[in-house]
Amino acid sequence: MEHYTMNLKLKVWKQKNTSSKGSFETFEVKDISSEMSFLEMFDVLNEKLINEGKEPIAFDHDCREGICGMCSMYINGRPHGPWHGTTTCQLHMRAFKDGDTIVVEPWRANAFPVIKDLMVDRGAFDRIIQAGGYISVNTGNAVDGNAIPIEKEKADSSFAAAACIGCGACVAACKNSSAMLFVSAKISHLALLPQGDPERKTRALNMLAQMDTEGFGSCTNTGACEAVCPKEISISYIARANAEFTLAALTSDK
Amino acid sequence: MFTSSVGKKLVMGLTGLFLITFLVIHAGINACIWANDGGEMFNKAAHFMGSSVVIRILEIGLMAGFLIHIIQGISLEIQNRRKRAIGYAVKLGNRGSKWYSRSMGLLGTLILLFLIIHLSQFWVPNRSHQGWLLGEELNLYDRMESTFKQPWVVLVYVLGCISLFWHLVHGFQSAFRTLGVSNHRYLKMINNTGIGFSLIVSLAFAMMPVSMHFNWI
Repeated sequence: MEHYTMNLKLKVWKQKNTSSKGSFETFEVKDISSEMSFLEMFDVLNEKLINEGKEPIAFDHDCREGICGMCSMYINGRPHGPWHGTTTCQLHMRAFKDGDTIVVEPWRANAFPVIKDLMVDRGAFDRIIQAGGYISVNTGNAVDGNAIPIEKEKADSSFAAAACIGCGACVAACKNSSAMLFVSAKISHLALLPQGDPERKTRALNMLAQMDTEGFGSCTNTGACEAVCPKEISISYIARANAEFTLAALTSDK
Repeated sequence: MFTSSVGKKLVMGLTGLFLITFLVIHAGINACIWANDGGEMFNKAAHFMGSSVVIRILEIGLMAGFLIHIIQGISLEIQNRRKRAIGYAVKLGNRGSKWYSRSMGLLGTLILLFLIIHLSQFWVPNRSHQGWLLGEELNLYDRMESTFKQPWVVLVYVLGCISLFWHLVHGFQSAFRTLGVSNHRYLKMINNTGIGFSLIVSLAFAMMPVSMHFNWI
C-alpha cells in the first residue's frame, strides 16, 4: 500500500470527570502518516496539546497489539472504528482519507460510566468475572496438560470463546447496552471444558445475576455485538449461555 | 428465574412461540373464506371456535399469552432504553443489525394498535352478542364483507400484516436463540423457516381483506 499523509479534523468527546457534563471539542491534526495506528495519531495530537500547554485527551490503551482489551473508542459511530475484527490500536490511518472528519466518542452505557474524556470504567466486567468466571483449584500441583482428554471440536469452540478480550465493544454497540456477548463467551469457554464442569451451574447463575446487578440491558438478539466484536466472538455463544442458564435455573436450588 | 434478564427473554420467547401457533390456527380457519361457498364453510369453522367450551377456556390462555407478551415487551423496551442515558452522536445503525431487529418495540406497538381495531371490529361485538357466554353468534362472514368494504379498513389491515411480517422475521428465530438453540445448522434452518413462515402467514392474512374488498370471492 502506498504511503500518504493526511490532515484531519477530529471531533472528540471531552469530559472532566464522571459527574461533569461533557461535550464535543474539535481538534485538527496535520501530516498524519497512513502507516500510523489510530492511537499513534492520538499520541501526535496529545503531544501537540501538551506543547501548547493544553490538557491532553485521556484515552485507554495498554498492549497496542490487539490482545489486552483496553482501547475503547467509538469511532464514526462504530466501536473500534470501521475495520472488521480489529481493535482501535490495530486500526491504521490508511482507513481514512485526507480531509476526513472523525467523530470519537467513549463507550456509552450507564454500566460503563465515563471516568474522563474517552476513558470509561469497565469494572463491571471485572465484577462479573469475580462472580463466577473462574474454576476453583484448591490444592496440589498443576495437572499435566494432557491428563484430561478433551474433544478437539470442544477445545476449538472453547478457545474461540476465550478469545474475548473484555473490551466492551459489544455493550457499546448494543441498543440495549447488553453485556450478553461478553458474559456468554466467558460462561461458554469454561462450560465447554471438563475443568469448568463442576461449577457450571452456579457459574451461569452467578455471572448472569451479576450482569443484571451491574445495570446492563437484556439481549434481544439484534446481532450488533457480533458485527463489531474485534475478536469475532459468535452470537451463538449467547444462545449457548441462555441454555446454560435455563438448565441451571431449572435443576439447581440456588 | 423469570425475573432475571434471560428469564424475561424466555417469557418473551415462549409466549411468542405460543402466539405463533395461534396465528397458524387463525390463518387456517380464516382461509375457509376462500372456499367460495358464500361463507358457509367459514361460518361453520367460526361457529366451532365460538361455541365450544374447551376452546373458550383455551381462549383465556390465549388472552394471557397476549397480555404477558405485550406487557413484558413494553417493560423490557423501557428498561433497555434506560440503560444508556447519553446516546451516541453518530449511530451504528444498519452496520451492526437489521432495522427490524432493532424495532421490535415499535413493530409490536403497531401490531397492538391493529389488534385493538381488529378486536373491536370482530371479537368484541361477537362475544357481546353471545352475552360473553355461549350464546348465538353473529354471521361473521357477512360482518367481514361489510367491514372490508371500507378502503381505510383494508389499508389498516394490510399495514398491520406488514408490521406482523417484520416482527415475525426477527421474533421467530430470536425465540429459538433465547431457548438456547446454538447449533449453526439448525439456526440457519430456523432462520429460513421463520422467513418463510412470516411471509406465508402475513400474506395470507393480508389477502383476506384485500380479496373481499375487490370482490374476488
